[in-house]
Amino acid sequence: MTATATLAVAPSLDEAPAAAAPIAVAAEKLSVRFGEGAGATLALSEVDVTIGRGDFVSLIGPSGCGKTTLLRAIADLVRPSSGLLLVNGMAPEAARLARAYGYVFQAPALLPWRTVARNVMLPLEIMGMPPERRRAEAAHYIELVGLKDFARKFPWQLSGGMQQRVSIARALSFRPSLLLMDEPFSALDEITRDGLNLHLHELWARTGLTGIFVTHSIREAVFLSTHIVVMSARPGRIVELIVSDLPRQRQLDDRETPAFLAVSRRVREALHLGYGHV
Amino acid sequence: MRGTGPRMTKGMWSRILPIPTVVLAILILWYAAAIWLNAPRAEALMDPDQPHGFWAVAQACWSMDRPVLPAPDQIVSTLADSIFGYPLSSPRNLLLQAGYTAEAASVGLALGLAFGIALAVGIIHIRTLDRSVMPWVIASQTIPILAIAPMLVVALGVMGITGLTPKATIVAYLTFFPVTVGMVKGFRTPDPLQLDLMRTYSAGRATVFAKLRWPASMAFLFPSLKVAVALAVTGAIVAEMPTGAQVGLGARLLAGSYYGQTIMMWSALVMASLLAVFGLLLVSLAERGLVALRGGRL
Repeated sequence: MTATATLAVAPSLDEAPAAAAPIAVAAEKLSVRFGEGAGATLALSEVDVTIGRGDFVSLIGPSGCGKTTLLRAIADLVRPSSGLLLVNGMAPEAARLARAYGYVFQAPALLPWRTVARNVMLPLEIMGMPPERRRAEAAHYIELVGLKDFARKFPWQLSGGMQQRVSIARALSFRPSLLLMDEPFSALDEITRDGLNLHLHELWARTGLTGIFVTHSIREAVFLSTHIVVMSARPGRIVELIVSDLPRQRQLDDRETPAFLAVSRRVREALHLGYGHV
Repeated sequence: MRGTGPRMTKGMWSRILPIPTVVLAILILWYAAAIWLNAPRAEALMDPDQPHGFWAVAQACWSMDRPVLPAPDQIVSTLADSIFGYPLSSPRNLLLQAGYTAEAASVGLALGLAFGIALAVGIIHIRTLDRSVMPWVIASQTIPILAIAPMLVVALGVMGITGLTPKATIVAYLTFFPVTVGMVKGFRTPDPLQLDLMRTYSAGRATVFAKLRWPASMAFLFPSLKVAVALAVTGAIVAEMPTGAQVGLGARLLAGSYYGQTIMMWSALVMASLLAVFGLLLVSLAERGLVALRGGRL
């Protein structure tokens, strides 16, 4: 845990990770229990889920349904109490050490004493990337999220939406194969959120990475995802896994189409089912 | 366009005006207090033939040889005399004595800073230190320095250690405490989200310290340092006073008290204050530098 792994040679963005396993995340009877004895809560109860490489999966459900816990278990921020969990075919800890994923939190979590560019460079510094290379990588991803003119600004000089975009650039800067996001846009206004949803979708379409996205918003989940995992609480479990039949490339206007609304309805019904158990 | 060239804006006036106003108020109060405190002896010392009206008594109060409270102009003239009236190598030069005190204060402060930070790092990273050390640290500061200083100076003198070392030790003893307290707080400011972020990068404790805890603690370093600077000057002077000290402002204070030269004592005091103010200015400059580096905020 104290060793810092050196950066492996990363494939270019355009190459498909052909040699990599087709399954990004595999969970089997995964349970996470917090606390001991009588006061323990079962945050996740016997969860089975498989996420394929290149999928975009949303986890949606009421508070306490374990969606954030599942995300954190994948990120090795939480230890499973029982069951099996494999990320990129390895144990979550090994995946974390191999820099398999980038994590975007609910709040931007930027370091206020660093400029935008240096914030994006933070994981690259920790990995020991040489300065020239990390400056180039950071500049590339800052441009990718549309903040090229703000590289030398400090976080407090940016709006919430822009800070969250920096956070996304930082999560992508070391080219992970997975992007884990915990309600990243929930604190933003609707129009900004729409813009960021489109941005994220285009990013995903371009880079082919696997996205796992926790959200409360049905619209957001249906717009972004190829698969939607509906969960319910007490104990946390999966109610239904919905495979979206929408086309892979999407526009914001697609949210008014009948096909979109049909998927939304399926998600809503599954959510009601989950709420009914509460 | 009218009014070209530099002009004093209203904002500038409101920032500058308070200082001379306060200084003026202090001076008026000081002169009044000088009359009040010196009057009994001044009147007794006056020529019996001279008029004893209020103004005459006041002037006598302000020009005594050994007043209880010297008038500001007396202090200033004695101070100027001692700085410019003697060569810098002469022990009568107050600037030289201030230099000795400053030396002890700086060395002690550097030691206290280093030890304070090291202790804070230990408290953060080693759980047993966290639980056991803090009560001792606090207890160490409750012992009056005036009691410890002579004991330490004598003990070290017996071992043959004199001069700068005992003074620096006493200053370090006083200054490490605010640094430790401030830095422990500073090292603990990162929130769970930032610590989680570091974990997703598989960052070891040393990396988390260097990239997260240390930069986050800077906002707490400077207030602690300012307290420490004031303590350092006080500590250096207190350390100079036992054993009939040879050099420094404390020594001048002691000499002044032996010979009843109250004006000399007050000059040494004012010099000490100026020294502390100078130290604080240096810390403020360093703080401003860091703020500028961080784009305007600490």
